Amino acid sequence: MVRKMKSDRALNLFIYVILSLVFVICVFPLLYVVSVSLTPISEVHKNGGFLVIPREITLDAYKMIIEQRMIPQAMKITIFITVAGTIINIIATVVMAYPLSKRNLAGRKYLIPFVIFPMIFNGGTIPAYLLIKNLNMIGTYWALLIPGAIWIYNLLVVKAFFENLPEELFESARIDGASEFCVLHKIAVPLSKPVIMTMVLFYAVGHWETYFDSIMYLPDQKMQTLQVVLRRMLTPNVDLNADITIPTMTLQMAMVVFSTIPIVVIYPFIQKYFTQGIMLGAVKG
Amino acid sequence: MIRVIKWNWQYYLMLLPCLIYYVIFKYGTMYGVIIAFKDYNVKKGILASPWADPLLKHFQYFFSSPYASVVIGNTLKISFLKIIFGMIPPVILAILISECGNKWFRKIVQTASYLPHFLSWVIIYGIMIAFFSQSTGLINRWLTEMGFSSYPFLTDPAHFQAMIVGTDVWKGVGWSAIIYLAAIAGIDTTLYEAGIIDGCSKLKRIWYITLPLLRGTFILQLILRTGSVMDAGFDQIYVIATSQVLSVSEILDTWVFKEGIQRMNYSLASAVGLLKSVISLILVFGTNKLARKWDEGLW
Repeated sequence: MVRKMKSDRALNLFIYVILSLVFVICVFPLLYVVSVSLTPISEVHKNGGFLVIPREITLDAYKMIIEQRMIPQAMKITIFITVAGTIINIIATVVMAYPLSKRNLAGRKYLIPFVIFPMIFNGGTIPAYLLIKNLNMIGTYWALLIPGAIWIYNLLVVKAFFENLPEELFESARIDGASEFCVLHKIAVPLSKPVIMTMVLFYAVGHWETYFDSIMYLPDQKMQTLQVVLRRMLTPNVDLNADITIPTMTLQMAMVVFSTIPIVVIYPFIQKYFTQGIMLGAVKG
Repeated sequence: MIRVIKWNWQYYLMLLPCLIYYVIFKYGTMYGVIIAFKDYNVKKGILASPWADPLLKHFQYFFSSPYASVVIGNTLKISFLKIIFGMIPPVILAILISECGNKWFRKIVQTASYLPHFLSWVIIYGIMIAFFSQSTGLINRWLTEMGFSSYPFLTDPAHFQAMIVGTDVWKGVGWSAIIYLAAIAGIDTTLYEAGIIDGCSKLKRIWYITLPLLRGTFILQLILRTGSVMDAGFDQIYVIATSQVLSVSEILDTWVFKEGIQRMNYSLASAVGLLKSVISLILVFGTNKLARKWDEGLW
C-alpha cells in the first residue's frame, strides 16, 4: 500500500514537470517575440534570451509600423474580410443546414450525397482559379468572400446539431402559424448558440489567416490581406526602414506581435467554446 | 399531407440560393477539370480549346519530367513524417492533463496548449525567424556562446523537413489532444474505481484502462490522416520554404500553384491537381472502409 502511494507520487511529479514544460514550450516563443519587439536586441541577448519582462522598453518599432501604414491598412482590410466573410458564412451555413436536417425533406436522400461529395472530391486549384476568373471576381474581395461561403464540414456539424433538437419545440410554433423561416430564426438559432459560436470561431479564424486565396485572387499588392503583407515583411533582407535605425529583427517581431493582437484579445472570450466545438466535430455528419 | 408539402416548399425556398451557390462554386470547378485533357487556351475558353493529343498528354508529360518523383516523394515523406511524429504526443498530453490533480493548473496548461493552433503560419514563421535565424536567432546565439558555429536552420535543405514536421506538431498538439480528452472524459469511472480497489497504481490504471479505451479514437484519427496524405500543407510550406530548400520543400500543391498560376501552364497544372484529387478520393474511400471495420466510419 505504501509503495503504491510512492509510485503515484513520483508519477504525479512527472506529470507536473512535463505539463510545465508543455506550458513553457507553448508560451515562451510568444513571450520571446514580444520582448524582442520591445527591447534593443543587444539587451535581449545579454540575458541569453531569457527576458520575459523587458527592462529597457522602447515602442519605436510599433510607432513606425503605425506611421508606415502598410500593416494597419492590411489589418483594416483583413478585419473587414473577417467580419463580412463570417456573417456570410454563418447565414449561408445555417440556412442550408436547417432544411437538410429535416427528415421529411423531399429528396433528402439525393441531396445529402450531393452536398457531401465536393468535400471528398474537388476540381483542384486551377479549375477553381479559372472559374473565379471567368466570373470576373479576380482582384475583388468577392473572391475571398463568396467561393468559400460554405465549408461542407461545418455545414454537416450544424446539420447534425439541428437534427438533435427536439422536433416538438418546432411543432408548437408551427401550430401557432409560424413560417419555417420564423421557426429557424426564433427557435432553432437561439437553441443552437453553442454550435453557432463554434462556427463563428472556425470561420473567423479561417478568414483572419487567409493567405492562399489572397495571393491567388488579389494581384494588386495594395489590396492584399494581413498575412500576405506580413509574410512579405518577414522576407530576409527586405528593406523595411531605409532611414530609421530600428534593427530589422525588432521591427519584424513588432509586426508579428501587432498582427497577433486581435487573436490574443478575442482568445479569452471564445476559449470556452473550443472544447464544445471540436466535440461537435466528432459527431458523425 | 398538405402540411408536409407546404413545409417542403419553404425548405426548398431556403435551399435554393445555397443550391445555386453549390452548383456554381463546388460543382463548377469539377467541370473545369476537363482542361486537364485539353490544350487550354485562355482566349478560346474551356469548351472551345482543342483536346490534347494524345488525351493524356499532360499526365504523360508530368510523369516523364524530373519533378514528378521529387514532388510526389516530398509530399508523401512530409505527410507521413507528420503522421508518425504527430499522432502520439496528443495522446500523451491528453492523458497527462486528465491525470493532473490540480484543476487550476490543468486549465492553464490546456489553454496554453491550444494557443499555437490559432497562430497563422506567417506568425509562426516570424517566431521561427526569432529563434532560428542565422544572424540574430536565439538558438544560434546560444550555439555561438557555447563555442559552436552558427547554423542556417531555415535555409538548410538537410533540416527543412524536420522544421516543417516540428512546427506542425507544435501547432497541433494541444488542439488534437482535445478529442482524446473528450474520449477520456467518456470512460466509465467505475473502471478506475475497480482498479483502485484491486490495488492498481496510477501508471497501471493508465496502461490497462485508459490506453486500451483510447485505441478506437486513435485508429480513427490515424485513418483520417492517412486519407489526407496527399495534402502536405500548402500554407505552411509555401510560407516557410525559401528558394534554397526547393529540392525538399516542393510538394504537389505548391508545384501546381507555381506551374498553373505563376507560369500559366493551366492544363498541365490541372492534370496534376486532378491526379491528386483522384488519389485522395480513393484514399478517403479506402480508409473509411477500413475505419468501418472498427465501427468508426465517417458516414
